[in-house]
Amino acid sequence: MFSADQLSSLFSSLRLTHVVTVPDSTLGRWEGAIVGTPGLRLVRVCREGEAWAVAAGLHLGGATPLVLIQCTGLFESGDSLRNVLFDWKLPIPSIIGYRSYLNQSTLPGDTCLVYTEPILDAWKIPYRLITDASQLDEARAHLESCRAAGTPGAALIAEGKA
Amino acid sequence: MTAARAAMPLRETLAVLRAARADGDVVVTSMGTAREWMAMGPLHARDFVFVPSSMGQAPSLALGLALAQPARRVVACSGDGSMLMSLGVLATITAEAPANLVLLVFDNGVYEVTGAQPTPGSALGRRDARDVDFAAMARACGFGAVYRFSDLDEWRARVGEVLSATGPTFVVLDVAPVPGAVGPRSPGPTPERARRFMEALRAG
Repeated sequence: MFSADQLSSLFSSLRLTHVVTVPDSTLGRWEGAIVGTPGLRLVRVCREGEAWAVAAGLHLGGATPLVLIQCTGLFESGDSLRNVLFDWKLPIPSIIGYRSYLNQSTLPGDTCLVYTEPILDAWKIPYRLITDASQLDEARAHLESCRAAGTPGAALIAEGKA
Repeated sequence: MTAARAAMPLRETLAVLRAARADGDVVVTSMGTAREWMAMGPLHARDFVFVPSSMGQAPSLALGLALAQPARRVVACSGDGSMLMSLGVLATITAEAPANLVLLVFDNGVYEVTGAQPTPGSALGRRDARDVDFAAMARACGFGAVYRFSDLDEWRARVGEVLSATGPTFVVLDVAPVPGAVGPRSPGPTPERARRFMEALRAG
């Protein structure tokens, strides 16, 4: 959906220092843009629950991290994000890939379409659904607004085939 | 390790760390180590008592701190049950290779605060009656410095070497369960504690 230049621009404008991630087939293609953004470090973790805790440590240490995971990883990481975002009230931003939103040919009836948005609502994470590259500024504005308010926030990125 | 294994008293084992930590060091405690650490006296400004926590996430949080604060030593205190919940972090840590991170695993073989049920990593909880080898896992994941201590005098004698090793460093400390132990109590409002901790890191 996004070009490397667009992504690099997004990360730079958010003044991020670290992207903590488990890739999927869409987000994994962003690695080049992340690695190529000056001042930005990619941190690979083994499961998504780790990502929130690593990001919490980075935030407490004075860095500005973002968690980049697929919606299945959002499901996996519930207790960790609960602790980081709500017990500790750390305003960690995230970008979450929305599996099968644009194309269900690989996984017809993918239940990610059933659960992703209700779970974001249940966790009280404000999000913006991004279905087209033209909405990049909307994603940026949402994440900046959440940061200014001191709350977590997510950009939910529609993905194609799983 | 067996039911008759050598084991150090948890509080005395932590006291060795408490005496050896430098002023600039960050010490992250969780679960049983947090309970004992708080009971041992006033907290240092750069202690991070990870209560409430998400079980198993203390090493990950410490990794983030170590990456954000590369000039400081960050010591993470985890239990063996917590470690088993997040073994992948061993690979995550060595992938990032923070030289300033020390991960201590206090291994008592049980889920202490729930009534001391054996973990699936301890001999008593396994059909093969053999403990899993955390130190071997750490070596296999690429930790450069790996230690194991079962004797308090040896731990006391070598703690300086452990803390000054080029990390990431992994240490197994064989400790005894604390009978009747309960979970740690939160020492206060989390946002305020987080704010004070961040200020302490900025202060030097």
